[in-house]
Amino acid sequence: MTRAGRVLGSLALAVLLLAAPVAAQQPATPISESEAYEIASQLRCVVCQNLSVADSPSEMASQMRELVRERLRAGENREQVMQYFVDRYGEWILLAPRRSGFNLLVWVLPVVAVVVGLGIVALLLRRWTRGASSPAVAAPALDPAMRERIRREVERDE
Amino acid sequence: MTKLWRWLIPLSAIPVLVLLAYGFRVNPRDVPSPLVGRPAAPFALQGFDGSPVSLAAHRGKVVVVNFWASWCYPACYEEAPVLERGWRGYRDRGLVVIGVDIQDTPEAGQKFIRDFGLTFPNARDPAGKVSIDYGVYGVPETFFVDRKGRIRAKHVGAVTDDVLKKHVEPLLAEPA
Repeated sequence: MTRAGRVLGSLALAVLLLAAPVAAQQPATPISESEAYEIASQLRCVVCQNLSVADSPSEMASQMRELVRERLRAGENREQVMQYFVDRYGEWILLAPRRSGFNLLVWVLPVVAVVVGLGIVALLLRRWTRGASSPAVAAPALDPAMRERIRREVERDE
Repeated sequence: MTKLWRWLIPLSAIPVLVLLAYGFRVNPRDVPSPLVGRPAAPFALQGFDGSPVSLAAHRGKVVVVNFWASWCYPACYEEAPVLERGWRGYRDRGLVVIGVDIQDTPEAGQKFIRDFGLTFPNARDPAGKVSIDYGVYGVPETFFVDRKGRIRAKHVGAVTDDVLKKHVEPLLAEPA
């Protein structure tokens, strides 16, 4: 091996050794921008009124979006990224409450309310319609004497 | 049947009353933080004076981590002298105040520190990572970290002398 060759060889080795950690820090698989957007759209922007991190132009939201990307790049999945924010801000940070435990009430109560409401409407409808068609509640029959009197009075007015 | 209906309407008001009774007793200024009682997240930032600012460097001391910004008027302007006074008064007993400037420009932050003559460690959090790690909503927010590195309290809004004393004195009395 020539001297130049040896130098070149060690240079190549040095480049390889230096490049290895750099390559390890940058995973080959790029993160999905839509996944990052999905996560950000489920997080509440903490400095806004009713805006998600995805929709807010605030500096804090943009820092949070960058953090979401960074954690995805580090190999975390959606659940892990969301949990990171929940651990620090509480479940308040989730725009939609989780469907478990006490929160289930939020999801179940509207359905229960609609069902109960429909039940009450059905019950009332049945009662009203039954009332109208029932002969028992129809106008009380007039006795012949009263009928005669009405006839007479109407005739007199004419 | 009709008897039941007569009771149903007043009865349905009870859950609403219970909710209101609870809601009016809660202090709206208390922003709950899941971090109270948990270990304080470590951070390493570069201070305004160029020196490193980290939580780990002050292990064994009571640390007051204060998030601020130069645009946060008036709350941050009110508490800056309080924090400086507290730091000077308690440092001999093992207290450190660390200021973290968030969502700010270096020049404006530097001017704020100069204007108030702040001498405790102060650093910028340019990417906002430390503030998010601490679940910060806005400025000012202050965390009280005990000698074992645990977050023991969080204060939202300007820190007053009384607030500082109330949180710091018991923590200073605890053994390391």
